[in-house]
This record gives sequence, C-alpha cells and structure tokens, in this order.
Amino acid sequence: MNHQVYKSHKNALPGPNNISRVVLSNGITILTRSNFNSPTLSIKGYLPNGSIFDPEEILGLSYLTAHGLMNGTQRYDFQHLYDKIESVGARLGFSAGTLTTSFSAHCLSEDLTLMMGLIADSLRTPTFPEREFQRQKTQLLTSLAIRAQDTSAMASLLFDQTIYANHPYRHPDEGHPETVQAITREDIVDFYQRTYGPQGMVVVAVGAVEPETVIETVSEVLGDWSNDKQTALPNIPDAPALQTTTRKSLSIPGKSQADIVMGFAAPNRQSPDYFPLRIGNNILGEFGMMGRLGQRVREEAGLAYYAYSSYSAGLGPGSIEMIAGVNPTNIEQTIQLITEELTQFIAQPVTPEELSDSKSYFLGRMPLLLESNSGVAVALLNMERFELGLDYFHQYPQNIQAISAEQILSASQRTMDPDRLAIAIAGP
Amino acid sequence: MKNEDTLFYTLDNGLTVHLKEIHNAPIISTWVWYRVGSRNETLGKTGISHWVEHMQFNGTKKFPKKVLDRQISRVGGIWNAMTYLDWTTYFETLPAHVFEISLALEADRMANSRFDPDEVDRERKVILSEREGNENQPHFLLGEAVQETAFQNHPYKNQVIGSTNDLLSITRDDLCGHYKQYYHPGNAILAIAGDFKADQMQKNIEETFGKIPDGRQVASAIPADPPLNGERRVEVEGPGETTYVQISYRAPKANDPDFFILTILDSLLSGPTSLNMFGSGGTSNKTSRLYRALVEDEIAVSCFGALQATLDPYLYTLHLTVHPLHSPEEVLQAVDTELNRVLDAPITRDEIARAIKQAKALFAYSSENISNQAFWLGYSEIFANYDWFENYVTHLAKVTPEDVMDIARKYLTPKNRVVGFYLPQKDQTKA
Repeated sequence: MNHQVYKSHKNALPGPNNISRVVLSNGITILTRSNFNSPTLSIKGYLPNGSIFDPEEILGLSYLTAHGLMNGTQRYDFQHLYDKIESVGARLGFSAGTLTTSFSAHCLSEDLTLMMGLIADSLRTPTFPEREFQRQKTQLLTSLAIRAQDTSAMASLLFDQTIYANHPYRHPDEGHPETVQAITREDIVDFYQRTYGPQGMVVVAVGAVEPETVIETVSEVLGDWSNDKQTALPNIPDAPALQTTTRKSLSIPGKSQADIVMGFAAPNRQSPDYFPLRIGNNILGEFGMMGRLGQRVREEAGLAYYAYSSYSAGLGPGSIEMIAGVNPTNIEQTIQLITEELTQFIAQPVTPEELSDSKSYFLGRMPLLLESNSGVAVALLNMERFELGLDYFHQYPQNIQAISAEQILSASQRTMDPDRLAIAIAGP
Repeated sequence: MKNEDTLFYTLDNGLTVHLKEIHNAPIISTWVWYRVGSRNETLGKTGISHWVEHMQFNGTKKFPKKVLDRQISRVGGIWNAMTYLDWTTYFETLPAHVFEISLALEADRMANSRFDPDEVDRERKVILSEREGNENQPHFLLGEAVQETAFQNHPYKNQVIGSTNDLLSITRDDLCGHYKQYYHPGNAILAIAGDFKADQMQKNIEETFGKIPDGRQVASAIPADPPLNGERRVEVEGPGETTYVQISYRAPKANDPDFFILTILDSLLSGPTSLNMFGSGGTSNKTSRLYRALVEDEIAVSCFGALQATLDPYLYTLHLTVHPLHSPEEVLQAVDTELNRVLDAPITRDEIARAIKQAKALFAYSSENISNQAFWLGYSEIFANYDWFENYVTHLAKVTPEDVMDIARKYLTPKNRVVGFYLPQKDQTKA
C-alpha cells in the first residue's frame, strides 16, 4: 500500500535503487541517498566502540572521550573549530553509547566538504587539551548532579542495574560522580588510541548532493585512516531473566512526583521475536493515547499524565519498560494496575481489531518517519548496523502484515513474566 | 520554491484559512489555532485554557473518545495539541491519502465537545499529576517565580498549566463557558500544508468547517503593564546541589520592529534560535559572547537565551547553570560585563552578517519538514502575519549595529529585569 503511495512522489521510498553503498579498503562503509527537495544535508555515522570498554573505576571514559573530540584538533583549537561550524549555521556533535560512538551533523548541502573535513579532523587528530578536558569534566559532573535529582533518569538507572545485574549493560554511559572524578586526560588519550579507528565505521549522508560527491569527499578525508591498535567489540552476553520479581527504590527528598519503571530484559534487534514484540508493545503501551496502559492508568484511573511502554532493541539484549509518573501516594495502585494489564497481556492473544489497528499504524507511519533527511539517515544507519538489507522498507509491509496474534502472545510470554518483574521507583 | 503555493482566505463564518501546497512527500499536516491561552485567563481560573485543550481529546457525539484516538492512530498519524500564552493549537500530520479525517475531526470538536462530568474530574487529576511532574524540575519552580514577579497585572504572570488551587476549584461550567467563548470560526485559524491541490482542499474545508456557525468576536486587547522601573530579585530554594540563574528582561512583542533587532542581539549573545519545532536544525552556541565569557571562563556550565514571539510584550530570558565553584552573583556580574561590552565597543557589521547567514541556514532547515511549515503558516498569524516568517531573514538583514546598541540600551538594563536564583536547600533531609 505504502509503496504505491510513494510511487507518485519524487521522494521515493529508500531502497536498493536509490541508496548507494560503498565499503572503503580501510573498513569504512558509506551509505548515501540524494534528496533535492531542500538545500540541506544530514550526515550521521558511528564507530564500533563505547562504554563497553570503560573500566569500572572510571566509568564515563568513553563519554568524555567522544565529547572531547571537538575540544581541539591539530588544525583547529576549540573556538576555531566551532567558529567554522556555527558561522555557516551548521551543527556537529559526537556522543557515546554502550557499543557505538556516534556523530551527527546538519548543514547546507554546499557545506559537505567543510563538515566532512571537520568530522575527519575530530576523529583523526584530536589533541584533548588539558584545560578543555577539565572544563568538560566539570560539566559532566554537574549534569550528573542534575541527574541525581531527576526522578525519571534515576528510576531508569535503577531499572538497568536490576535487569542487567552482572551484565556490562548495568553501567550508565555517563558514569557516576566518583568514577568521572577519577578520569584523567591520560585515560582519554589511551582510550582514544585503543578504540578509535576506521574498522567497522559507518558514514551516512542524505540530502541535496550527488552520491558520487559524497563518496569522493568521505574517501578523501577518511580513506587513508588506519589504526593497528583498534580493538574490536567483544561479544555481548545475553541478560538472563530475573529469578523473581525484584523491587528497588530510591528516595529523592523534596520532589512532588515519583517515577516508576517496570519491565524486563528483551530480545535484540535481530531476534525473530523483534516484530512480534514491536507490535505487542505498541498495543500494550503505545498505540493512540499510550495503548492499554494509558487507557487503564490515565484514561480510567486518572492516576498519571504519562503511563506507557517502550521496547528498545539493539545489538545486545534490549529491554521492555513500562513507565509512569505518579503522585507518591499512588505508587502501589499504579504498580498493581500495570501488573494486572501485563498479566492479562500474556494470558490472552491481542484482539483482531487491536492487531489490525497496530499494523495499520506501523504502515501509515512510514512516510512520516522518512520525511526529513535526518529521518532517512537514521533509517540507513539502522539498515547497516542491524544488517536489515537495503530493501528493508520494501519488505517492511510484508514483515508487519505477517505477524499473528499468536506470535505476539508467545514472544510476550517468553519475554514478560509478571513473577520476574524488575520494578524501579525514584521519588520523594 | 517553485512547487510551493500559498492561498490565504476567510470563510463566511470568519474562519481564517491558510493553505500551502508542498509536494515533496505524501503527507498533509493540518493545524487549527485558537486565539486563546493563559493570556485570556483571569485570577482563580488559571490553567483553564490548557484544561479545555485536554477536554478536546475526550470526544464528541460524532467522534467518541476512543474512536477519535483510534482513527488517527490507525493511519500512523501524529496528532497532539499545545497550549501557551497566546494560543491553543491542535494538529494532525497524516499520510496524504487519508487526511480527510483531520478536517472532519477538527471541525466537529470546534463546536461539539461533550465535557462529560466524569471526564472533567478525571482530567483534573491528570493535570494535577502533570503539574507535579513539572514541579520536579528546578527550572519550572524558578521560572514560575520569575514570571510571577515580572508582571503586575498582565496574565503573562501566570503559568499556562495553572496554579494548584485553581486546578482544584475550576468547574465543568467554567470549562464549558471558556470553550464556548473562544472556540468558534471567528477566533480560529486553519493552516494546512502538504501534498494536496488547493482547489480541492477549499471544497473539503467548505463542506466541513463552512457549516459551523460563527461565534462572538473575542475582545483581545489587554492593558500593558507599567514598566518594571527597577530590578526585582527572587530566590527559590529547593532540592539538589546545582544553582541556576534566570534573568528575564521585559521584551518587545513579535510585531514590534524592535523584535527583529533583539533577535540579532540574542544571536550574538547566546547563539541563534532554531526555527524548527520538529526534527533537526539549530546550531550550537559555543562561539556566542555569553558562552565564551561564562562557560569557557568556567563561571557557568551552560547558558542559553530565549526570545519568544508573543502578542503582547513578554520576556527575553537568559538561563544559566552556575559552575560549582562560583556563585550566582558572580554569574550575574559576568553577564552584566558582557552586556556592557555591547555598549562600550559597538558590534560590527561582520558580526551581524554572520548572524544573518546563520539565520538563513536555520530557515532552510525549517523547510525540510511539512509539519513545521504548517506550524509557521498558522502560528505567525497569531502574533503578526505570514510575512513575518516568510521574510524572516529579510527582516533581520535590515538590522544595523546602531539598532543593536539602541535596543541593548532600551531593553537589557537592570531596571528592566527580574533576576531569579534557584539555590540548593540547606537541610535537604527535611525537604
């Protein structure tokens, strides 16, 4: 259906016929797609490193390294570098996740060469000046102090520590105040030398440029990059389910609202359970006004402004999280309502009407997700990272339509056991 | 762009219609703007506009609550609503081949919302919960105190979400009265951008919105507050270990020529403002004067500025997070030093040219997304007209260094501001 809708438009569905993919000899993959509807360009990409490499006593190391790349390069100091970017109204930033260091740039298409040059400079010749390093460390410590006061962020942190107990994912990418305090500039330089390099790097550019121009430009600035010491990502172990329901609470005095995160570790992006769980989660806590959870907790009980669920799935174990922000006196009632909904969800298949609605939602959402250059760039990155294939969007309608209520039920039963729930609460 | 055409007209019942054809993607974004927000609220009834907005999702006879939600979500659409100082807006961004539902729905709830008593009471609890979530944020607590101090009588002094006391006492009759007063074609703007033909769209609009009877015109003038005539200070204590500073200057309204000059000055001081409400866009502010003076010199850990396009004169605000080794007074002093520098050493034409170049790029990003284009098509009409947005860069390009100095003198002086400090509570075990 959606493919038909797209056929009459200039902005065709991304697919093998309009995506160019090239792998350079040093291991960098380039994906690019032209869109001349507006004179803008989105450049995104990642390197396969991240907080997975952080030693426990200096968590936050990969975060500070990624954010330090633009503190100065051999060619430009901090102000000079940002002057280049901001003078043309562009944006560039690096950020660290658990398994990736990502970058994202937005600019006018005429500034492709400038921006790729700055990305390459930041990646290849960062100088990590001491003064800027200390300033960035203070900024991170302040944001950790702010995080400590954020009921939503702290409940999420507690939740990760519960579902990923004894798993590398239990650590936050930004670290903790004491681990960040212990990081030195030498740690950063060492981390950079060990984990940054072209192997496994991906660059995506979408916008008003020809594919050949993108490939030439990236090859020019990154094609001869090498690092013999670059460490490959380790294999990520599974996260075993909890043996029993585990509840953790954190008191943050003076707050008005408590945040609750309940849920489970969940299958990764490449699991056969991915689509059943994606649709199942939509029905449970996303569709319309936050699905069944929103209906029960907000629309019927009036207990919360938000009560929803989300399913995150990457290369390692993902998570299903059911989230609500409530008055502290309503915590127990909310947990009970969510647990009841969950129990019901794994006892009975979703109704034909719910399934049809949800599938229709996913198919209808495609043109909206792919409207902007950055939306298409994210889609291309995911295609590469999770090996989805360049024809992913052409296959997508069939993949969605093929899912049955029984598949959703069995995938949900495998993943969500109300007797093995993780419950994390942060509030006054 | 060649493939974009706009058509502006008014229906017989008074509804203002703005249409813009954009054929880049199979999407249509529909917005209905009502000229009502916290600006139109009286004491004792603060938060009522936002509450009416919530009630608009609780159904009509034709579109009962769950039907409404389901119809939009089934086609993968995005829909939401926002209430602010001068306006309340509702939007649906949908695949083009199913867009008709948005017209049917918006036309129906312009006149036929039910305000079921049980839903009113349930929504009261939801909004109180929303407010409690806001109260968890130091920025909300500080902003509320500063805003209240910045105005004497003008309703801009109140929070859009309303006070807890008012939320506890507003009745169903109050809500219905507010709805009847402000929700009718004469007080609304319909803005649609996307993949349609304007002539066909006109027919669709006539068939849906054309049938709604006009309501009473709503008087809109609100007396201006007297000038502050002296710096006000406000302190808020709360949990946490981080100190925040908010400095709010009384600012010109959006259709005052001073507004574009202050936009340039803000760009130099705290970085350019993104015009993109949806998706990517914007730039960092690390070369701005305040960032260099405060963050690079480690007196603050972050700073940003906010100038908002409003119907009446509102506020230009600087938000700063204080460095752990410094005090809020030192931050304020450093800001003043930078503001004085604007007056002591006039800014150059090159600096202005750079700000305009930045604005051009940000304007280009804003055209990447159809929802964002439809947003401006309606929003700009609330406080000025579409020319304000369409020729945004041209307006900025007229600004001279002398203009900027005059504006700095006129607005960014201590006697025209409220300074707010959020200070960590001393004994937090009792918080």
